[in-house]
Amino acid sequence: MPERGARPNVPTLQRRVLRAVGAFTSPLLPDDYLELINPLWSTRELRGEIESIDSETPDAATVVIRPGYEWMGHEPGQYLRIGIDIDGRRHWRAYSLTSDPDRPDGRISITIKNVDEGVVSPHLVRRRRPGSLVALGGVEGTFLLPDPLPEKLLFVSAGSGITPIMSMLRSLAHDDSLDDAVLLHSARAAEEVIFGRRLRALSERHPGFRLHEQLTAEMGRMAPSDLDELCPDWREREVFLSGPAGLLDAMTEHFEREGRTEHLRMERFQPVIGGDVEEGEGGVIRFRASDSEAESDGSIPILVAGENAGVVLPYGCREGICHTCVGKLCSGRVRDLRTGDVYGQDGEMIRTCVSAPEGPVEVEL
Amino acid sequence: MTTTAIENPLHGLTPEQIDAIGRELDALHDEVKAELGERDARYIRGIIDLHRRLALIGRVLLIGSRFRPLWLAGTATLSMAKILENMEIGHNVMHGQWDWMNDPVINSSAWDWDSASTPEAWKHSHNYVHHTYTNIRGKDKDLGYEIMRIDPQQSWHPAYLAQPLYNLLLMAFFEWGVAFHDLDFDALRSGEKTKSQLRRELKGMAGKAQRQIVKDYVAWPALSGLLMTAIDFAVASRDLDLGSLRPATKPKTKARKTFESARSKVKRRRRKSAAGVVRELVERKAFRAPFRSTVTADFTANIVRNVWAYAIIFCGHFPDQTYTFSQKETDDETRGGRYVRQLIGAANIEGGPLFHVISGNLGYQVEHHLFPDMPSTRYGEIAPQVRAICERYGLPYNTGPFFKQLGMVQRTIARLAFPGGEPRPKPGPYRSRNGGAPKDRGVDEIAESMAS
Repeated sequence: MPERGARPNVPTLQRRVLRAVGAFTSPLLPDDYLELINPLWSTRELRGEIESIDSETPDAATVVIRPGYEWMGHEPGQYLRIGIDIDGRRHWRAYSLTSDPDRPDGRISITIKNVDEGVVSPHLVRRRRPGSLVALGGVEGTFLLPDPLPEKLLFVSAGSGITPIMSMLRSLAHDDSLDDAVLLHSARAAEEVIFGRRLRALSERHPGFRLHEQLTAEMGRMAPSDLDELCPDWREREVFLSGPAGLLDAMTEHFEREGRTEHLRMERFQPVIGGDVEEGEGGVIRFRASDSEAESDGSIPILVAGENAGVVLPYGCREGICHTCVGKLCSGRVRDLRTGDVYGQDGEMIRTCVSAPEGPVEVEL
Repeated sequence: MTTTAIENPLHGLTPEQIDAIGRELDALHDEVKAELGERDARYIRGIIDLHRRLALIGRVLLIGSRFRPLWLAGTATLSMAKILENMEIGHNVMHGQWDWMNDPVINSSAWDWDSASTPEAWKHSHNYVHHTYTNIRGKDKDLGYEIMRIDPQQSWHPAYLAQPLYNLLLMAFFEWGVAFHDLDFDALRSGEKTKSQLRRELKGMAGKAQRQIVKDYVAWPALSGLLMTAIDFAVASRDLDLGSLRPATKPKTKARKTFESARSKVKRRRRKSAAGVVRELVERKAFRAPFRSTVTADFTANIVRNVWAYAIIFCGHFPDQTYTFSQKETDDETRGGRYVRQLIGAANIEGGPLFHVISGNLGYQVEHHLFPDMPSTRYGEIAPQVRAICERYGLPYNTGPFFKQLGMVQRTIARLAFPGGEPRPKPGPYRSRNGGAPKDRGVDEIAESMAS
């Protein structure tokens, strides 16, 4: 089954009533009829209505969402999978939650940087209007503030890497625990600092919070060796790092040299997609349900590769028409052997009989 | 067995031509696939919406089904809803026609329908077995559904003498026939299927049956009964109370007098005993009549849906124009060869836009069999191109008006109940054995030749 939104927090009584009413609607659910009135009432998947889209910078915006049911809660620093229908197709993406988990109005927000060649971000940042609906998937992520809270904190971020950190800062400010924290944030120019205004206000209000903006257009990039100058006591701090791969790699190396690795937490918010695999070279297939692996050279479909490796898989026509062999793609991309198209996003159903892996893939079969 | 071999147009084509047909149809498929988008998604969501509205309206009308006009209107609306749900929505969604949307609900692996077949069993017997081995004698179990002789090349057995009778039964209870057919007892006999697998499938089917029976023959009828009883009760008690509230000075019209005399009757009855109102409700069959009328309405709607589905589906492969294939003919079949088999093994039904929607676009059976997972709305759009390909390669594009197609099917069923029988003449165009030009034989011409 394709990915769907999280199960909403439906009150027990309502759930029981709906189950009883199901006798009248089977095989459909009462939901299917209630959705005619208000799609937010779906108890099958949590949905939300976009309430506002506010520009943060010329190419980043915060999307405030009102969930259809009581928000299930999140930890600052986590991200949300969000499903959005564009041109008839549902796409899933993960975005850091930037709202304080204890927002009194129950709203949540995500902040998105527009990638012009992307599919989803231009829609959310530029094209969607308040009132449109999105599916709200699971809350995930282990980039969290430790409990108990360390006394001294250092946040290092670049670009849209600020988003999970913003949620942490908001939560700290909300709990009055922003006592000794430093944020070193890189952006090209002052007006491109996502949450710039809010961060500056925060540092004014909280004497224990120091903000350094590294504006790379004039000041150059921040190197790990700059830490001694920008935050001399960084070796006494728990460090939270979020940004593009280059920054993360350089910092990781530096922390290893200094023997401070266990004090470094980070968020790789740009997933590694495909890697450097050449076109049509195949890859390793991991079958989740049967906990086994197979390999394809790029010409053998996933189904056959799996069967050759002794995995029992559903099959039918073996020519891509009957949809018996479909499985959910958990990660990676696949090539349609009939057309040569490379496709697949997390949670998409793929036909294993006509798809070959394009790099490492994982399938829920 | 007597067989006057009618030459199969497949054999009039060179391997190069068959490959070329394959390439052209592949290109057509890819072209449509690349275009799919918002327009298509809006269509299926709109149809699903329409189904739910119709179902709801039908059910609400049937609450008052003890009144004849409401029974008729409700049954008609519910029948239409059930037809849409089975054909344009259920069949097509479970084919994976809308899987490209990546929608969590409108998806072949998530959908369930208002039918006796479980999605798993049906998808296996239909999507896989029937659509893969279409019209291959001995492999396509939908050829006569294993209980009928629909092709003269199937050998005769005395049991077929009864086939006109169980043809009628299958028509009325089609969904149950299909559900039993999906169980594929043949596979059990041949050992392809284990007993425990069959038990699991029977259990699934029993679950589906139970839910349908509870919904159509218990829950909704009981709701009709309860609501109508409540209304009757309210009316009876309101009539009792009205009198005391009326001003006595009001001039009495003729209507008023009638009203009062009626009311006094009710009052008298109430005075007779405390259970007067209850007795009145019982006399009126306040619960029983609406319960029963809803049951008959739901039963009728199920039959209407079954008959319609039967008619459309039987017109798909059993009219005279279609060809069947031996297993030998399809050994080493190429991609192009598969397309040709699907092309001439199916037959379309001519009709307007409404007809195509309520038949799940299976009036475009030819296009559906070429591309079973293409969204149904696209079949009508590609039909001219498919027909053009047929013309170019001298292949028949099987089609005809609904009643003519259905008539041919019924004639075949009646004729082949008895031993013998010959393949029906096929309308052109087709290539003659010596490789001559395509020859177009009109239907009239065939009728003439049959008469002589």
